[in-house]
Amino acid sequence: MQSFIGVLFDGFAYGMLLFLLSVGLSVTLGMMNFVNLAHCSFAMIGGYVAVVLTNSLGWPFLATLPMAFVAAAAVSVVLERTLYRRLYRASDLDQCLFTIGVVFVSVAVAAYYFGTVQQPINTPPYLRGSVELAGVSFAVYRIFLVVTALLITAILVAALEYTRFGAQVRAAVDNPRMARGLGIDVDRAFAITFALGGGLAGLGGALAIDIIGLDHAFAFTYLVYVLIVVAVGGLGSIGGSFLAAALIGISDMAGKYYFPWLGAFLIYLVMVGLLMWRPAGLFGKR
Amino acid sequence: MLSTRNLDKSFGSLVVAQGISIAVPRGERYALIGPNGAGKTTLINLVTGMLRPDAGCILLGDEDITALRPDARVKRGLARTFQINTLFPHLSALESVVLAVLERNNQSRAWWRSLPRYGEAIEEAYSILESLQLGAQCHRLTRELAYGQQRLLEIALALATRPRVLLLDEPAAGVPKDESAELFAAISNLSAELTVLFIEHDMDVVFRFASRILVMVGGRILVEGTPQEIARDQRVREVYLGKRQHAFA
Amino acid sequence: MASASRHLAARIRWRWIESAFWLATLAPFVVTPAYLSLASQVAITALFALSLDLILGYAGIVSLGHAAYFGFGAYTAGLLAKHYWGEPLTGLLLAGVLTGIVGYATSHIVVRFRHLALIMLTLGLGLLLHEAANSASRLTGGADGLQGVTVSPLLGFRFDLYGRTAYAYSLAVLFLCFLVSRRIIHSPFGLALRGIRENLVRMPAIGAPSLAHLRKAYTIAAVMAGIAGALLTHTTSTVSLETLSFGRSADVLVILILGGAGRLYGGIVGAIIYLVARDQFSGINPQYWYFWIGLLLIAVVMFLPNGILGGLGALYKKSR
Repeated sequence: MQSFIGVLFDGFAYGMLLFLLSVGLSVTLGMMNFVNLAHCSFAMIGGYVAVVLTNSLGWPFLATLPMAFVAAAAVSVVLERTLYRRLYRASDLDQCLFTIGVVFVSVAVAAYYFGTVQQPINTPPYLRGSVELAGVSFAVYRIFLVVTALLITAILVAALEYTRFGAQVRAAVDNPRMARGLGIDVDRAFAITFALGGGLAGLGGALAIDIIGLDHAFAFTYLVYVLIVVAVGGLGSIGGSFLAAALIGISDMAGKYYFPWLGAFLIYLVMVGLLMWRPAGLFGKR
Repeated sequence: MLSTRNLDKSFGSLVVAQGISIAVPRGERYALIGPNGAGKTTLINLVTGMLRPDAGCILLGDEDITALRPDARVKRGLARTFQINTLFPHLSALESVVLAVLERNNQSRAWWRSLPRYGEAIEEAYSILESLQLGAQCHRLTRELAYGQQRLLEIALALATRPRVLLLDEPAAGVPKDESAELFAAISNLSAELTVLFIEHDMDVVFRFASRILVMVGGRILVEGTPQEIARDQRVREVYLGKRQHAFA
Repeated sequence: MASASRHLAARIRWRWIESAFWLATLAPFVVTPAYLSLASQVAITALFALSLDLILGYAGIVSLGHAAYFGFGAYTAGLLAKHYWGEPLTGLLLAGVLTGIVGYATSHIVVRFRHLALIMLTLGLGLLLHEAANSASRLTGGADGLQGVTVSPLLGFRFDLYGRTAYAYSLAVLFLCFLVSRRIIHSPFGLALRGIRENLVRMPAIGAPSLAHLRKAYTIAAVMAGIAGALLTHTTSTVSLETLSFGRSADVLVILILGGAGRLYGGIVGAIIYLVARDQFSGINPQYWYFWIGLLLIAVVMFLPNGILGGLGALYKKSR
């Protein structure tokens, strides 16, 4: 019987995973209002890259993580340059439909090449098992996940606050028209942010395999959770995504553990309730 | 006819309106001028209800409308146009004005009779468009109209609500000189019973139509007076340093 | 002037091609009697798509959870038939009314949102109802669906395996609802909805109570979706959890966009093409089906933004 602390920690770790998967979408949505429902396809790419590298090519797990990031980032750059940029002025509905189409295609391609089974991943022995702290056992992998996520959050926040690029991103999120007027190349900033966001999703996808598994439908299954995190946290807000992801992760874990008959009901209720109270999300603009 | 008392509005630390108290008597044409960012459109948004003031009240006639929703204010006779054309791109000019007329008559709730059966509303819409020289274009989609015609359609939509007070937000904005004749005619032909407050940067329009001018700077009313008084006012000249000086000669 | 009215009237006249279309819908009885159950499915889905068109194509409400009303109608009809009485017509009406009440209640929340928040909210409400139905398995049968639904004959005609009664029933209801929708679209209310879709900001400025209009449209759409769901229950004598799923919401959205939103016939055209194609390719692995649908969506958004009917309309205009 896992203690309350244990459930809380597991939920928080799950939330950190959701954060990595969602933060890119939140910022790009906030910057360009571009509804990219295919965001989780980038996560899937990262996951499958990690799988192929460890299982087929024998790479050590940790080495695959940066590759997952890079691969997903590269694909997102290509997608953005070729297809997405034509849709920046399009309506919400069109962007929705287009990116849903991309999701469908990516799911089918994944099924074609990798089948519909869960992908196994060889996590290194030093990341398996658990440690005992104050009578509660914590899975080593989850600790690793939390540490990685917090590290990345710190880097993101620092980059946003202290670098010139970060200032440009903040300006572009706050008021894209004004930022353009000030001479900021919003399109370039967006492309870079989009690539970073996609890369982070890819990293998240690779990290996710051990916790929530990877199959061809990943892009769809977790899309809902990512959207919930983004909507609840507020568009364009790293802090909002962090908080929302933690909230959703903990609620989901706690819900499934303490109220299993509720199923996924709880987080949907949380989302609907929160949106009604704050339509722009916890930290969204307007 | 239209008055406000001590309207205040801030967005965080940005004060966009402070202690605005104006009074526009019935049938008068008042102009509201001021540099960009002075808060003129904000004032219109406050009066029409698109923004809620932090303090102060708005009176239409004798009625306090501060708590009313925007569409309720329109029903009481307060109409406005927008600085940037805010029209219905895929509706024809006629359909747009007919919609406004039907809304006014509370007929837009009807779903069981087809539109062409509302002959009176259609006729009224057509005559409004005709009075603004848009009759021939009435079946064209709004997005296919020339810019100047769209500006006129803005006014047509507002007139269709049979307002007592009309707020025009830069009616001449962006209209090229060769299309402005119809616009000036439209403003001249506005009923003498109608109370008009318009924002304008184009001083030709201001001096031609306004009986009194309000100058707004930094969220406050700087000064109020007749066109001649305003032209001579030292403070106004300072605010407008660099603008078209010949209008003040 | 009177000519202006006549001009408007001319645009909404009933065209001969429409009569031809509706006559053609009778063809399956004679030409392809083996496919009557597919034809029923098409009619039901067409009605569902039509209900979505009212809010999406005409009022501009992007809903990713419209299946909530379809499923609610389906379950209501199923529970009525199972526990109370199996007469289809009264069941249909009751399902429609009850779904309308739910639609009215939820409309108060939904119409206050736009953009992402609206998409998320409708998605969330749909998922909520799906989960609730899944959990309430004593009532709904949960993931196994509702069993033991017995539907009485319709006006004396049994629902047989050939599907004749089913198709006649579905087609008749579709046609009636279509006529009602047509009435609504061409009325002042329909014009108001289009105004909302075209420019929401302008509406209050001409004295329009936009939210009240939207609530009404949303309720009507919910009633129609509920009726479509009830039709499914009556013609198949089962209710599955799938009727409330996100998959069904997404499918109907694809169908409507494929046919062309805001064109009254778009949902019907889309349903015909989508379901017939799916039936033809039913041997294929579902993954590959979604691959082509994905490509199709991408292609439609890029090249045919107004769907098939929009594309045909543009071709027609160019040829004149």
